[in-house]
Amino acid sequence: MKKTVFFGALVGAGLVAGASAAATLDDIKDRGKIHCGVTEGTLGFSARDSEGNHQGFDVDFCRALGAAIFNDSDAVEYIELSSKNRFTALSSGQVDLLYRTTTWTFSRDVDLKTTFVGINYYDGQGFMVPKELGVTSAKELEGATVCIETGTTTELNLADFFRVNGMSYEPLPVGGTTEAKALFEEGACDVYTTDASALAGVRAALKDPAAYIILPEIVSKEPLGPAVRHGDDEWADVVRWVQNALVAAEETGVTSANVAELAKGTDNPEINRMLGSEGSLGAMLGLDADFAVRAIAAVGNYGEIFERNIGENTPIGLARGLNALWTEGGLQYSPPFR
Amino acid sequence: MSDAAIPQAERFKLSMLIYDSRYRSATIQAVVLTLVLAFVFWIVNNAVTNLAALGKPIRFDFLGDTASYDINQKLIEYSSTDSHGRAVLVGLLNTLLVAFMGCVTATVIGVIGGVLRLSNNWLVSRLMVLYVEIFRNVPLLLWIFVCMFTLTALAPQPRAFRGENPEATMKLWDSIAITNRGIYLPEPLFSRSLGNIDIGIFLISVDLLAILAVLGAGIFAARWNSKRANAIQTATGDRPKTLGVNTALIVVPVLALLVILGFHIGKPALAGFNFRGGINMSAPLIALWLGLSLYTGTYIVEAVRSGIQAVNKGQTEAASALGIRPGRTMSLVVLPQAMRIIIPQLISQYLNLTKNSSLAIAIGYMDLVSTLGGVTLNQTGREMECILLLMAIYLTISLLISGGMNWYNERVKLVER
Repeated sequence: MKKTVFFGALVGAGLVAGASAAATLDDIKDRGKIHCGVTEGTLGFSARDSEGNHQGFDVDFCRALGAAIFNDSDAVEYIELSSKNRFTALSSGQVDLLYRTTTWTFSRDVDLKTTFVGINYYDGQGFMVPKELGVTSAKELEGATVCIETGTTTELNLADFFRVNGMSYEPLPVGGTTEAKALFEEGACDVYTTDASALAGVRAALKDPAAYIILPEIVSKEPLGPAVRHGDDEWADVVRWVQNALVAAEETGVTSANVAELAKGTDNPEINRMLGSEGSLGAMLGLDADFAVRAIAAVGNYGEIFERNIGENTPIGLARGLNALWTEGGLQYSPPFR
Repeated sequence: MSDAAIPQAERFKLSMLIYDSRYRSATIQAVVLTLVLAFVFWIVNNAVTNLAALGKPIRFDFLGDTASYDINQKLIEYSSTDSHGRAVLVGLLNTLLVAFMGCVTATVIGVIGGVLRLSNNWLVSRLMVLYVEIFRNVPLLLWIFVCMFTLTALAPQPRAFRGENPEATMKLWDSIAITNRGIYLPEPLFSRSLGNIDIGIFLISVDLLAILAVLGAGIFAARWNSKRANAIQTATGDRPKTLGVNTALIVVPVLALLVILGFHIGKPALAGFNFRGGINMSAPLIALWLGLSLYTGTYIVEAVRSGIQAVNKGQTEAASALGIRPGRTMSLVVLPQAMRIIIPQLISQYLNLTKNSSLAIAIGYMDLVSTLGGVTLNQTGREMECILLLMAIYLTISLLISGGMNWYNERVKLVER
């Protein structure tokens, strides 16, 4: 084992992963902290604040896991990954999971041997154009130059969208958001495309946001969610059910403010089972009975996380939309805790 | 170990491999080689086994899958329904294109700059020092960004060309459009084209082949004419005039062919969001080309300067003593001798430029790294295979360049008798 690690390090960290494929939860408990893979900086989802701490929507889900496992939401080490090295980092064991605005696709799930355990944000690809072009629909973009960030699913959706609609376009692929934004502002491209959530963030950061509109078409499904290594179902269950607990908490009206009170026992058996005052769901996961209580106490329920990081009262200003609860016309839905 | 085959008095014993100094070094080398090979095999085997354990065995069949992404700058036909392999080929050709353009321009800049750097004119030589020091001491990536953002910020957008009184107009009799998305040049078109030959990977224009064939034949005929003139001159002392005949031999058949093919020039025109038609040199290509040329040019300036200064001053003095003008002294006496010092340095600068072209990804030029090591790697998740392939391709390109340049160096280097 030691030798494997040593020589493996010589050829690249990606090659020794076999050793750490199983029993991730035990490794994490031994280590005392979770290695959580996040983006290098997407405002609202995961970015460093002025004190250098990671903040954001995805970060809060990692913190919830830390709270559920260790009763310490800071028992998480954040590892910033680019869209290119994220899957290598996961499969090599550098991180235990990805909360990294990663789109759940067939080939990533099946071919890359990652397991997606849920969807924490339903996104879709949109287009932004300067108002003065007079464009009102993405179908009018024949021949336009489009700025895209490379290394994402967006360039595939873009190619498919234009081909299906029989239109031509000039792609201008750019390495990062900053460069893409600058080129778009200079008019080197007519259209800026990326996930609608990120588009809102980019628009807010432009010099004159009012001069740009986001077109109504959403051309793709981008379900973003946590991913773990293939073949460790116990760890996948932990990540899945901690996230489900946060959604179920919103469904049942459990918040960070009232969770301590409700944990003592209520007349709703679903809440009791989830919060551990009834049954032994926590033990089945290999966690303490009050894992959900700690997670909710640390970061709040799904709705609280959303509103605090990317909701309408933040600079990102995203509406709940598809991410509202299923009872309110959205798609967020937790399987039952029983 | 051919020594063993030579008949000897004493018989060969196995222990002699260690104790006999004739064999010892070979033994040690063989042992070390075996160990190194075993180590390499072990590492590779380890990588392959572990990747297989992860469910990601090393396979290259993803190159046949549909790429489903688009590439803006392409030399051969490509669409998003083509395979990853073809996308890689497009990227490779883009790398070679910018490397070739960059090497040519950098050499021109370098040779002119190197000569000017040694100029007796204080202002000129100081200006060249300024150029060298500014460009050499700032990272290349920043120069590429500067070129790209200067171009996109200063050149007009395509929409500025629209309307009754447009803010921007096309240059050179409405044939060239300079926009912040690239430069659109007029393209040669043939109304009675001979079509293309499909050789499997790409199409070859028969028109181009025909023109090249006629041009080649013309040059061959012109050389034959010059030879004939030489022979007459040797025999009679009178040299018949060749310039007019030679020019006619080369130019007339080509012109005739162009007329037959219906040659005309296609001008780019504004259509929709962008210009259509013509040859498009995209802004990233121009920025990368300029950045690479100006940056590598500084190193070639220094190579040329050092090469010239290494030529003995006596050579220049001898040339002036013979009454040769300074310009001709430089081109006929000094530069040919300086070449043997310049060329080895030039090789490494060409290699640098080619490898540096991988910075293309920063400004959206789809070179090999952006296609194979970028989008393809990302969409297929085959990091190991993509990176290995990338390394193999760059290694091949570099070896070819240095092989070619070494061959040239052998030809021009000073032959000592």
